[in-house]
Amino acid sequence: MSCREKSPWIVHFNCNSCNGCDIEFLACLTPIYDVERFGIVHVGNPKHADILVVSGAVNHRNARVLKNVYEQMPSPKAVVALGACGATGGIMADCYNVLGGVEKVIPVDVLVPGCPPRPEAIMDGILQAAKLLNVRREDRPIEAEVRLTLQPVGEPENV
Amino acid sequence: MITVDPVIIALLAIVAVPFVGAIIMGLDRRLTARMQGRVGPPLLQPIYDVLKLLRKEPIVVNRVQVVYACLHLAFMILCVVLLALGQDMLMVLFVLAFSTIALILGGMSVRSPYSRIGSQREIMQMLSYEPILILMMVGIYLINGSFMARDILVSGKPLLLSLPLLFPAFLLVMTIKLQKSPFDFATSHHGHQEIVKGITLEYSGPFLAILEIAHWYETFLLFFIATMFWATSIPVGLLIAAVCFFGVILLDNIVARLTWPWMLRFMWTAGLGLAATNILWLYI
Repeated sequence: MSCREKSPWIVHFNCNSCNGCDIEFLACLTPIYDVERFGIVHVGNPKHADILVVSGAVNHRNARVLKNVYEQMPSPKAVVALGACGATGGIMADCYNVLGGVEKVIPVDVLVPGCPPRPEAIMDGILQAAKLLNVRREDRPIEAEVRLTLQPVGEPENV
Repeated sequence: MITVDPVIIALLAIVAVPFVGAIIMGLDRRLTARMQGRVGPPLLQPIYDVLKLLRKEPIVVNRVQVVYACLHLAFMILCVVLLALGQDMLMVLFVLAFSTIALILGGMSVRSPYSRIGSQREIMQMLSYEPILILMMVGIYLINGSFMARDILVSGKPLLLSLPLLFPAFLLVMTIKLQKSPFDFATSHHGHQEIVKGITLEYSGPFLAILEIAHWYETFLLFFIATMFWATSIPVGLLIAAVCFFGVILLDNIVARLTWPWMLRFMWTAGLGLAATNILWLYI
């Protein structure tokens, strides 16, 4: 296990989300889930980050901002899209201003399913993305394969 | 007393100190996590972080900033080497100030307002703690008749007994230098604050790693100075350093971040008052 997998620093971008995914994401930082035990640190600065966690559907207004945040991150980097909106635009997909999922603007490595996804699923998604930091972008599996391996998580057992 | 070649001591200080500093930082993160009811990261997490940062793509905002980051590290290493060789403690303080000034200039050399505000706050921090450190050295001189670190044992009794009020003042300085609450407003160990990452904002990848390594040296330096308060017995000295460590982390976890005017007022009244009273007491 390389040091990259052991210290994935994440930056979170709310791309017009309803806040459902964001609340579940922030729950990961609480003592119950405690992502810091995997070395994951939530940084507020894309220049320090390895993994970009995006929630919500992309619209015309924030596509530019999302691209800018992504481009400020130094390589190697990975992107995790949260929830149905992050994947396809979800319930917002047909809105006149919505472009669709995060993939319309930046390459996505892991899609975490759910509306909203559970904190366990989000942590799993981030750790899978951390593994991909060792893989060159062109060698990374296409996102459909990653999506298949990521089943929604049921009730937590040991919480 | 066995005499060891100073070159060997210097090399040992340069190589071994960052590891000790990293482990102190790892312990810090773990203890903080436990205080918050979390499990916390592995002990070697700071080392993983730096190894990862060193292998990231170097993105440079401007080259001057990289020069300042390197100067910050170089002066910090020089500080540790000077102290390890038992040199002039006043000189150590001046070199430490140079190191911090390099960090400030690095933060000032970019256009980001967050980075600049972080630098300005760092200046305020220096303004708050430098007089106390100088008074501490004056106190040590009054006891030992020498500024040299190797003469720390001259008086034959622990410094803490002669400097009981300067010690809490030094603890406050330590809290500022270790970027802990309530004084962590230039930059913070915690991900989010009102100016994001403040003075380190525009550094990324390997250059951020340079700053992290400098912080390891700095952490060691501060705990080493804490140990010097009871230099006659190393176990007691280490115990004092451990108490400082616990106290600083406890303070970090129970208080909120305050503003720089508050810090300046507090340090120039309470901090400086404690230090000056101690000096006065020694002088009389």
